[in-house]
Amino acid sequence: MSTFTQTREIVMMNLRSIPQRLGASLVVVVGIAGVVGVLVALLSMSQGLGQTLGSTGRADRLVITRSGSNGELASFLDRASVTLIKQDPAIARGADGLPLGSGELIVITEVPRFGQKTGANVTLRGVEPAGFALRPELKIVDGRKFRQGLREIIVGQAASKQFEGLRSGAELRFRGQTWKIVGIFSTNGDAHESELWTDTETAQSAFGRSGVSSILVSLRNIDALESMKARLAEDPQLNVEIKTEYDFFSGQSSNLTFVIGILAGIVGLIMGIGAVAGALTTMYSAVSARTQEIGTLRAIGFGAMPVIASVMAEALILSLAGGLVGALIAYIAFNGYSVSTLGAGFTQVAFKFSVSPGLVFKGLVIAMFIGFIGGIFPAIRAARMPVTNALRGG
Amino acid sequence: MKYFGLIWAGLFRKKLRAFLTLLALWSAFALLGLLQAVNSLFNGGADFLGANRLITQAKTSFTQPLPMRLITQIEAVPGVERVSHSQFFGGQYQEGGGFFAQFVVNPQRLYDTYPEWVISDDAKRNFVSTQDGAIVGKLLADKYGWKVGDTIPLNSQIWTKEDGSRTWEWKLVGIFDGRDSEWKKRTSLMYLNYGQFDEARNPRARGLAGVFVIRMNDANQAEKIAAAIDEKFENSSDETKTQSEQEFQLGFARQLGDIGLIVNLITTAVFLSILFLTGVSMSQSIRERIPELAVLKVLGFRDRTVMLLVLAEAFLLCFLGALSGMLSASFLTTTLPPEFPITTDSRVWVIAGICVLVLSLLIGVPPALRALRIKIVDALVGR
Repeated sequence: MSTFTQTREIVMMNLRSIPQRLGASLVVVVGIAGVVGVLVALLSMSQGLGQTLGSTGRADRLVITRSGSNGELASFLDRASVTLIKQDPAIARGADGLPLGSGELIVITEVPRFGQKTGANVTLRGVEPAGFALRPELKIVDGRKFRQGLREIIVGQAASKQFEGLRSGAELRFRGQTWKIVGIFSTNGDAHESELWTDTETAQSAFGRSGVSSILVSLRNIDALESMKARLAEDPQLNVEIKTEYDFFSGQSSNLTFVIGILAGIVGLIMGIGAVAGALTTMYSAVSARTQEIGTLRAIGFGAMPVIASVMAEALILSLAGGLVGALIAYIAFNGYSVSTLGAGFTQVAFKFSVSPGLVFKGLVIAMFIGFIGGIFPAIRAARMPVTNALRGG
Repeated sequence: MKYFGLIWAGLFRKKLRAFLTLLALWSAFALLGLLQAVNSLFNGGADFLGANRLITQAKTSFTQPLPMRLITQIEAVPGVERVSHSQFFGGQYQEGGGFFAQFVVNPQRLYDTYPEWVISDDAKRNFVSTQDGAIVGKLLADKYGWKVGDTIPLNSQIWTKEDGSRTWEWKLVGIFDGRDSEWKKRTSLMYLNYGQFDEARNPRARGLAGVFVIRMNDANQAEKIAAAIDEKFENSSDETKTQSEQEFQLGFARQLGDIGLIVNLITTAVFLSILFLTGVSMSQSIRERIPELAVLKVLGFRDRTVMLLVLAEAFLLCFLGALSGMLSASFLTTTLPPEFPITTDSRVWVIAGICVLVLSLLIGVPPALRALRIKIVDALVGR
């Protein structure tokens, strides 16, 4: 027989006998399923968070804050600066002829999570009418927009799912006043969906603020950014920083993404070591249980290569099965699972776990890698064993 | 104990397998140590705090400062002994110089509500009388090498001065320490005098106190007092939320949200996988040694002794794996940057200890029973 036929025969024989060694084979499958499941779940968490944070902010809109403030929360611009900045000639004008600029006020409020008493910090954002024109991605999915001057709030879709009492028609109490939730909005799953929105001036009067935290503007032409930057920097009445919305938000989220990355990295590494050790143990056991069988095969003329191939094929197929089971469990248990954690500006950002095909593939690659490492050493040992020893059972 | 050599020899009969199993156990316990240390942040953690303090914050959010005028009204509530106020300053010392917390307080009121801090009488008086004075905890002073008399510039992320600048200079007038070892560990914070703070800050923000810390004369009345305070400000524009200091601290950690749940899920999944792997490996190791165990019985070992030997081997295996894993985890947590304030505290070690017991029973009992039931004749001929 040629090496190829030998390999095919021995691999097939080996695979066909897996059901007879179900216990030992299951060990590999379960062990790898555990590792891949946890890793895929972790990665899907950081991917989901990345999707939410990464999709926040567009490159053609600009955020203006007080210079030196590390986020919207720490920034303050008084009324005069807001008016002055909005008059800049580079800023686009809306259908009503007014500048497309929205002075936005950030206030932190506390809303309980489902089934908890302690409040979680949630951003309340005051926006001006231009704020809606500036964000075409915003859609009211339930109810209607708030009316200016009334204590009315619209709630982001993610926030309404994550926190208690944020339904359309419900009421909230802030600072001794009753606020009515009149609608739920979606912004394509970005971080704004974790916020409560109301009218800037209403928020200012309710929270005793006279200015805003930031201004969101859109330019007639994004190329005018540099000259606008220069104009604002030269103006002695202003002390502001201007960034594209995308840069602004990704700068804020880099820290959080980093922390989650570290978590996934450390956990993944340690688990990986454990999994390789586990796979090695079980594959060694599988080989040692089959010592006589392998000896017999070698005695009747099978070469070393086919033996190695058969052990490797078993290891890889079992770990592939384990990887699939793990990824499937992670998918069923976690895909779309929504959680919230502390984001930039000390408020909650809600996001969904996202088990994408790419992640499943990654999980399978990891499974195969573990299977490969776990299989190669026992395979070589099996092939190297002197035939006479093997026939006697090692 | 006299059988230790025997157990040890049994464990390392196949060195490679023992090593690999230990490695798997190491990884499980290293993860357990790390993840449960994270979990400690969410449960307890703050239980050293005295039960006789309440924190009153704005109901909207603790980031909304409450006005100073509430202080007399709170003091008037029956059961309230002393009230102090505290404002988070959010200052940065040097560029990228690491983060530590600073609170703006009224010195005398601070001493009255936090008797846990130990500070010399001179320093006490100086902090009261120095408008731009600051006191720092011993750990912090040691870390930066500060001495009394130093000027410490802080760049506040939150508070601007009237002229728009964010740089505040504070004169170090004293160094405080904790009353006992628990409080000594917490001395990496800084207190700033409200005097300079309120005078120099933006006039719009003047008169704001932050949150109020209340010392009660009877901790058993906590709920009643908290309710009485909140009732006082109901329907005003400064509605309050009063809770025990412990609840308030836990609230910070809970902001991190469902991470705790995820951490527990991961730990469980990892443990089940490892349990399964070690269990199989252990039972196989016993199966291979059945003739040897039979020889032991021939030599006069009782059935029970042989069973206990197997159990002890399982325990030793788990114990060694757990010890190495936990040591790695606690080493790792000490090397993490200060942004990750996790330690493998006694709670985590207790959990690990329980896991060792449960795990060694789960993987040890089936092969131990098998060892108990061995029939010498059958085993010797390899049946």
